[in-house]
Amino acid sequence: MIPFTSHTGRVAALPRANVDTDQIIPKQFLKRVERTGFGRYLFYDWRLLPDGAENPAFELNQPNAAGASILLAGANFGCGSSREHAPWALSEYGFRAILAESFADIFFNNCVQNGILPVRLTAEEMAELFARAAAAGGPYELTVDLEQEIVSDTAGFHARFALDPYLRTKLLQGLDEIGLTLVHEEQVARFERRRAAMLAGVEP
Amino acid sequence: MSGRTLFEKVWDAHIVHRHPEGPVLLYVDLHLVHEVTSPQAFDGLRMAGRRVRRPDLTVATVDHNVPTDDRALPIADEVSRRQVDALVANAEEFGIELFDLHSPRQGIVHVIGPELGLTTPGSVIVCGDSHTSTHGAFGALAFGIGTSEVEHVLATQTLVASRPRTMEVRFNGLPGYGIGPKDLILALIGRIGTAGGTGHVIEYTGEAIRALSMEGRMTVCNMSIEAGARAGMIAPDETTLEYLRGRPRAPRGRDWERAVQRWLPLTTDADASYDTTVHLDASAIAPQVTWGTNPGMVTEIGGRVPDPDDFAAEADRRTAERALAYMDLKPGTPLEGLPVDRVFVGSCTNARIEDLREAARVVEGRRVSNRVRAMVVPGSMQVKAQAEREGLDRIFIAAGFEWRNAGCSMCLGMNPDILQPGERCASTSNRNFEGRQGRGGRTHLMSPAMAAAAAIEGCIVDVRRLGRTEGSGLRAERVAQSSVLSPQS
Repeated sequence: MIPFTSHTGRVAALPRANVDTDQIIPKQFLKRVERTGFGRYLFYDWRLLPDGAENPAFELNQPNAAGASILLAGANFGCGSSREHAPWALSEYGFRAILAESFADIFFNNCVQNGILPVRLTAEEMAELFARAAAAGGPYELTVDLEQEIVSDTAGFHARFALDPYLRTKLLQGLDEIGLTLVHEEQVARFERRRAAMLAGVEP
Repeated sequence: MSGRTLFEKVWDAHIVHRHPEGPVLLYVDLHLVHEVTSPQAFDGLRMAGRRVRRPDLTVATVDHNVPTDDRALPIADEVSRRQVDALVANAEEFGIELFDLHSPRQGIVHVIGPELGLTTPGSVIVCGDSHTSTHGAFGALAFGIGTSEVEHVLATQTLVASRPRTMEVRFNGLPGYGIGPKDLILALIGRIGTAGGTGHVIEYTGEAIRALSMEGRMTVCNMSIEAGARAGMIAPDETTLEYLRGRPRAPRGRDWERAVQRWLPLTTDADASYDTTVHLDASAIAPQVTWGTNPGMVTEIGGRVPDPDDFAAEADRRTAERALAYMDLKPGTPLEGLPVDRVFVGSCTNARIEDLREAARVVEGRRVSNRVRAMVVPGSMQVKAQAEREGLDRIFIAAGFEWRNAGCSMCLGMNPDILQPGERCASTSNRNFEGRQGRGGRTHLMSPAMAAAAAIEGCIVDVRRLGRTEGSGLRAERVAQSSVLSPQS
C-alpha cells in the first residue's frame, strides 16, 4: 500500500448526500477478477451519457475538476454495498483523499485499506469548503496533512481532523495489515485451542 | 460490574488481541465467500505465498451473477463465467467447500448459511457482502467486509476491528393485519434514515420481534445495513433453537445440548445499557413503500410522494428533487395506484420459504396483470425445492409469474435479469438506488405480499384490500412446517 503522509492537490466537489457505492461503480463493472481497470467506470452512469459521451452537467466533468485528487463529498458517502471496487475505482481515477461530513462504515474501512484517506469534517467546515471551491473561479487546491491531521488551503482555511490512531499509523507507514496480524500468530493459535476446548465441552 | 448487551457478550468472547491504539483482533467463526468480492483476495494470497488458515471455517457459493434460467447451459456472459470459474478454481486450490451452480444447496449466501445450520448464535460471521447482517437474526455478530478484509480473514481467520456503539431498536406491540417484517424494518429506516445506524450494531427487541419467525427476523436484520448499521442482532430463543435443530451442519446430540447451554444466555442483561435506543410502535405501522432512491425515502401505502420544498435542509431538498426526477414522480402523487411494469419477488431480504408462501397466498387463483412482467427467484435451490413440494410454483406459474432458479438476480442485476430504462418495478429486494436493478430502472421496495398484490393489480396497492394476508412472517403454528431442509443430510 502507498503510504499517505501529506498531499496537496486539486479539488473536485460533489455536493450530494448519500452517494452509494452503486453510483461510485455500477454493478456491471464488478465482474473483473483483477484489482485494476475500474477507474474508467467511476461514477459511470453519472459521468457518461447513455451514448457514452461525457455528461457536461456532472460535477467531475467540470474543467476545474480535471486532474483532481481530493474529493469533497456529501454526508454518508459510500453507503450501500461493501464492494471494494468503489475505492479501487476512486484511487485509479486519481483520488488520494475524500473529505465529507460522514462516511458509511464499510466504505471508510475499504478506503484505508487502499491508501485513500477518508477525512471527517464538520458540516460547517464542509459547507465552507464547498463554498470556497465554488467561489474559486478556477481550480481550487487543498493540502491534507495526515501527520498533523490538518486540512488547509492557501487562503486561510484550516481545519483539524482525527483518524483512529491505528488506521493513521497504517496509512502513514503504508503497512500490510496481514503482515501485522501474523505477528500475533501465537495468540491466534492459543485462542483456537480455547475455542476448540469450549466446543468440545472440556475445560481448557 | 454492570451487565452486558448481547453484542458485548459476543464481541468480548472473540477478542484475540487488543492493539494498544484501540482496535482488537477479532476471531471469525464463519467466513462466507462468493464470486464477486473474492477473486482479488485469493490473488493476494497467491502473490504473498499465503494459505487459507481455516478452510474448515470457510464456505463458498456462487450467487451474484449466476443465471436464474436454464442451468444446463454454460453462462452466456463471458465475464460472469470467468468470475464464477475463478471461484471454482480458488475453492479447489485452497481446499474450500463450494456450493456451485449445479449443487442442490446452491443459493444466495445469506440464505444458505442459515439453511445449512452454519449460522449459529454467538458466532462472529463475515462475508464480502454488506447483507451479511442477515445472520444476526440468530444472535450472531455478522457484518460485511471489503475484499482486502476478505484476504485478511482468509489468511489469519481474524479481522482488525474497532468496537462499534450499540443501539437498541425496540418494536413495542404486535403488527396488525397484513404487516410483515419488511414493513417493520422499512418503517425504522424511514424513521432514523440511511445513516441513522452508522457506527452502531443494532439489537432488535420487543414483542413484535419475539413474535417473528426466523425468516422474518432475517428480513429485519438483513436491512440493518440500509439504516447504516454495522450489524443487526436478535437474541436467540426457542424460535431460534427450533429453526436450527436438525439442520445439516448444526451440532447434534451432546454437542447440541452443550451448544444450547452456551446460546441461551446470549441475551442482554437487565442492567446493561445501550448507547442509543429507538422505540417504535409496531401496531401503528402500515404497509411500507419506498418512493425515492434510497431505502430511507419511504412512506406508508396511504402516503403521497413528498414535496422537496417541505424538506428543511437545502441538501435534503436537492436530494429529494433528484430522486423525484429519477423516479419520474411528481410531489403529492398518491403511491397507491402507481402503475408498475415489473414485479420481482426475490433477494437475500425476501426469498425464503415464508416469503414465497406470503406472496403465493395473495396470488393464488388470480392472474398477473397483463401489463406486468413478474418473476419469483427463490433464495436457494432448497427453498425452490420446498416451494415446489408445497405447490407454490404451480400457484405462481398459473398466475403468470416466471419461476426461476436461485440467485441474487434482479436485486442487483449482475446477471441478465435487469430492468429496462424507465421501467417501474415493485421489488422485495433491499436497495432502490439509481440504476441498481438496471440503468434507468425505478425501484419501489415493499414486502412480498405487497409486491404480489402489485403484480395482480398492475399498480402499487394496499395488499390489505385483497385479503388473504395474515400477519406475514409471524411465528404462530406455521413454524412447524417452516423447516426448509429435511433433518438428514
